Amino acid sequence: MADEIQVKTAAYICSGCGLGDKLDIAQLSKIAQKEGKMALVRDHTFLCNSEGVQMINDDIEKEGVTHVCIAACSRRAKTEAFHFPTVALTRTNLREGVIWVVAEGSEHDEVRQEMADDYVRMGCAELKKVKLPQGKLNADLQKRILVVGGGMSGLTAASEAAEAGYEVVIVEKQAQLGGWANRLWKRVPFSGAYAEPQDTGVAELAAKVSAHPRIKVHLNSTVAETSGAPGRFIVKVAQESGAVTEEAIGAIVQATGFTTYDIARLPELGGGQANVIDQAGLEALAQTANGGVLKRADGKEIKSVVFLQCAGQRDETGKHLAYCSGHCCATSIKQAMYFKDANPETDTVVMYTDLRVPGMGEDFYRSAQNKGVIFTKGKASAVEASGDACKVNFRDLILDEDASLDADLVVLATGQVPSAGVDLDAWNKVVAEAEGGSDSAKQNKSEMQKTSILNLTYRQGPDMPQFRHGFADSHFICFPYETRRTGIYAAGPVRRPMDMLQATTDATGAALKAIQAVENASLGRAAHPRSGDLSYPMVRLEGCTQCKRCTVECPFGAIDEDERRFPVFNQERCRRCGTCMGACPVRVISFENYSVDTVGSQLKAVEIPDEFSEKPRVLILACENDAYPALDMAGLSRTVYSAFVRVIPVRCLGSVNTIWITDALNSGYDGVMMMGCKKGDDYQCHFVKGSELAGYRMGKIGDTLTQMGLEPERVSSFEVAITDNERVAKFINDYVAQLVEMGPSPMKGFG
Amino acid sequence: MTKKNYAFYPGCSSQKGASASNFPISIGVVCEKLGIQLNEIPDWNCCGASIGYGEGGLLPRLAISARNLALTEQHLPGQDLVSGCPACWLSTRETAEKLHESSQLMSETNEALKAVDLEFKGTVKARHIVEVLVEDIGFDEMKAPVVKPLEGLKIAGYVGCQTNRPFGIAGESFENPQYLDRMIETVGAEAASDFDQKVTCCGGALAFSEPEKSQKQIRDIVESAYDNGADMIVTPCQLCQANVEVYQSEINKKQGTKFAMPVVYYSQLLTVAYGGSLKQAGLNGHVIQPEKLRKIASGQK
Amino acid sequence: MNDFNRQAVAPYHNNFLREVEERVEDGEWVKMCMQCGVCAGSCPLGNAWQHTPQKLFMMIRAGKRDEVLTSDSMWMCTSCYNCIVRCPRKLPITHIMHGLAHYAHRLGMAPKGQPTREIAKLFWNNLAKTGRINELKFSLSMYFKDGFIQGIRNALAMRSIGIGLMKAKRLNPMELLGGHKCKDKDGFRKMIARAREIEERKLGKAS
Repeated sequence: MADEIQVKTAAYICSGCGLGDKLDIAQLSKIAQKEGKMALVRDHTFLCNSEGVQMINDDIEKEGVTHVCIAACSRRAKTEAFHFPTVALTRTNLREGVIWVVAEGSEHDEVRQEMADDYVRMGCAELKKVKLPQGKLNADLQKRILVVGGGMSGLTAASEAAEAGYEVVIVEKQAQLGGWANRLWKRVPFSGAYAEPQDTGVAELAAKVSAHPRIKVHLNSTVAETSGAPGRFIVKVAQESGAVTEEAIGAIVQATGFTTYDIARLPELGGGQANVIDQAGLEALAQTANGGVLKRADGKEIKSVVFLQCAGQRDETGKHLAYCSGHCCATSIKQAMYFKDANPETDTVVMYTDLRVPGMGEDFYRSAQNKGVIFTKGKASAVEASGDACKVNFRDLILDEDASLDADLVVLATGQVPSAGVDLDAWNKVVAEAEGGSDSAKQNKSEMQKTSILNLTYRQGPDMPQFRHGFADSHFICFPYETRRTGIYAAGPVRRPMDMLQATTDATGAALKAIQAVENASLGRAAHPRSGDLSYPMVRLEGCTQCKRCTVECPFGAIDEDERRFPVFNQERCRRCGTCMGACPVRVISFENYSVDTVGSQLKAVEIPDEFSEKPRVLILACENDAYPALDMAGLSRTVYSAFVRVIPVRCLGSVNTIWITDALNSGYDGVMMMGCKKGDDYQCHFVKGSELAGYRMGKIGDTLTQMGLEPERVSSFEVAITDNERVAKFINDYVAQLVEMGPSPMKGFG
Repeated sequence: MTKKNYAFYPGCSSQKGASASNFPISIGVVCEKLGIQLNEIPDWNCCGASIGYGEGGLLPRLAISARNLALTEQHLPGQDLVSGCPACWLSTRETAEKLHESSQLMSETNEALKAVDLEFKGTVKARHIVEVLVEDIGFDEMKAPVVKPLEGLKIAGYVGCQTNRPFGIAGESFENPQYLDRMIETVGAEAASDFDQKVTCCGGALAFSEPEKSQKQIRDIVESAYDNGADMIVTPCQLCQANVEVYQSEINKKQGTKFAMPVVYYSQLLTVAYGGSLKQAGLNGHVIQPEKLRKIASGQK
Repeated sequence: MNDFNRQAVAPYHNNFLREVEERVEDGEWVKMCMQCGVCAGSCPLGNAWQHTPQKLFMMIRAGKRDEVLTSDSMWMCTSCYNCIVRCPRKLPITHIMHGLAHYAHRLGMAPKGQPTREIAKLFWNNLAKTGRINELKFSLSMYFKDGFIQGIRNALAMRSIGIGLMKAKRLNPMELLGGHKCKDKDGFRKMIARAREIEERKLGKAS
């Protein structure tokens, strides 16, 4: 359809915001016409006002304009004014990108004009290569939400989604809903006065969910297979008995919770002894006591109990969990209260190195102290069985001495271990070995498959990628609920250690995200961070060499493989980052409005002065998430940087195809700067892996550059955060100075 | 001007011939000028101060302060009990508050008070004379009677502990209360604003039992006053006045210093500024003579 | 001295803490301490305490009865109230310290010859006689508490201060003959005795 439209291009140059004072608008118009080959060129003194916008709209309606280039302010400014949804649109940045960053003074007029001239060339060149994305509307898509796990997190997500009007399917592996909450005698209070343990509320919530007309519950069930994409997932739910039901699903919330760290792995703290239990074990004793005095498994009434915090957690030796599970101090306080409430004479000691009761937990702590619970700052070194009871040996950290405590019962506050399924790094290794023919690897693979939670048929593996310490990855810094699988959201302790109250709010957030996902899918739109994007990757399969790079490198596992080993693009799973485009060595992947050509044509449109001009040219590929805004911000704060750079925004550094670098160098650019978000463990890359992949790919081009007779420093990367408006100017200026010292590129004049 | 009536609790140190006997003279002059009528509580007794706890148990100490409160209720009904001494203030107010909180302690205390035919009904508020001056009178009113501004004097406002903590004056910060500095300015003198030992303890009762420790505190206080160019130290507390003044000679003897920093009461500054004589200001009652203040009081330049 | 029940106390069990709660002034607050240490850091005589208030609270919780009660730490308190205004849990630390000191004194466990303990006793006995403090008698009783010879020595050492105060009319040698008193000094004594009796009864019952 789009190909049949008669293309008519138009460029609009604004002279407002000082553009008319600093630049020769007439010259820009001439360039748009003669070099840009725009069918229509107009300028206006105040393009974003109603008159200017009307002018453009009139041209679209009456002059049949289908492609609009606006040469004015940054694409990030005036988006409501310059909203032309029926035409393809490019915006070239003359304000934040030129007049606000080039040094003041008439001695800089020449280079300022040259910069503006180039940007107009670039805007027009890009315009000729873009199409207005049509999107793929699909009203038939599913909006049902699958919740995997029926504990507090799952029940909350289900309940919230159902109340919002969506159908929900819950899959719970046990015979009843409720998860861990079923096993608690009481919970830490959710509301004021935060002084007493409260009823868990799980029975009520489970009943509400079971009775809800929009919620379907599968008990004794697991997810046997998940295939498809947001809006069109097909989920096979397997009952314990063997029966399999197929559910059509729009989005998935994984609320599969946690298991407790195995107490048997803590023999030095008494794990394995009869009178040493974990917090889960204590809840069982409390449930049996039912409000009366708590008794041990052997029936003896517990007169003295010691709680050891951070058991097998916050461990720096690498033997146990490295992190803090967040809830356990409040849980021990609650459990100490079980004893005091039943019998105030019970000796209860909570032994800690740091007591963590954030927020209103402080009131709960005070309440426990009021009841006579003793808090001792100490580090336990060993728990021995002593006759019928236990002896805790420890270092008292306030009195600075070694001491010991006798107790009828010792409770270890062990940590949460997420039930996140298969670790994809381990999986991919095993799969590679299995494909290589190893029988033991094949065996391994089927064993691992059994532990999978979602059993995704995705090529990248059967579960969600895990981040640190085995928790389901979510983009903690920018989008806390987003995972690396579009349409699948982690909620509750499977995402990070948390307590029950936090789990309920987490689950509510995940439910909202799931709803957002199904609505977006039905509109053919992308989710975060390119919300509303209608473009999607299009592949010229006849050129594909089946190298698998796109499939393997997609941060979101959006690409599967068909039986002929060609990539299968699942548009609804795609975040439109373009990493696949960047990966493809034969450049067969593109988006309607973002392709190898749209960027390539821009960089080739720039006029490169010869090597005697003393006017270097540096290409900056800046990711639109953090780097480009930082550059805009530099403009806003009138921070000066070199007028010799030409900036092209890219969706993510992951989408940078090496051909752009090659073309730039061949064209005679003296250097290429790639600016993107932080990578690594504390990543800020909005597409999680893009920045990292770019770094990895660029690491390989050093040899190519040397072969071309170029210094490897001519291509460099910089990590830029959105707050780096001063720093980014410094990077640019330092880099340009470095290049000037290196001398002009020997490739000039050959392009 | 109608006088404001307060039940006055002078405290043992303000008795005639006692260690703070030059205080009540000046506070009397100040109150006269400001329209405050101090009605001494008949047959008041000692409050136990900050050292009574050693031998006196809780109930005996509550009883002795309750006696003062009950006497006020009986003889000076409707009047606040105003102490001249901070320790008296703290003992009395803490007693009143404790008895308010615990009906059991209240009934037990009144049991004991039966021996003196008294009953404390809990209607009396326990305050300090500085509190009355700052909160009820105010700095503007305090300034009105000034006829001899203490020009040229730089004074370190040593608030100390017990007028400041735990109750404080007029809701001021515990860490840097300003009321004494403001009083200094009210009388036309300059307050040493960087006097960093403003709320440091002088050692209190432990000046007797732990002389070295207390004298270390006193040394810091006096040194800071000197470092800040102060001509004298002003204080609201009778024990601080005695300790900081009287032990300077000891410190000089043991540590070779040459301290001779006069220590005066705020009421003495006010009296001189109001035109009072040497006698009225109690300026004959000092071990280290406050020469500059004496000069102003006697009209010499 | 009251004959309190002294059971053998297993370390870290609540008995001493309970004892303090029931018998020491404001003792019920000890369990609320969160061990932040601001009290210890704020005390003007802080480095003179064998065990700072923070540590004392922990020792009480640890059942270290003897170490706490025989310590001279609490007697270092000058009643400056710095700890009280800064404690984030609002413990009335000054009063708890005084309470512990008094309790140790009553039990006869406070260190013998502890100077503050001794002058505190002298002070109270002085005021208990007449309802008012006789400063001269108090000073003399302080100087002579360690015997006659030492008394003469102390008095001589302080003579210049004494003379200075006498000149300032802030020390009255005539107080030796009587000094100020309450008119109802008999009633006053009876009142104190009655109060003490009620208190002993309460404590006796609790043991």
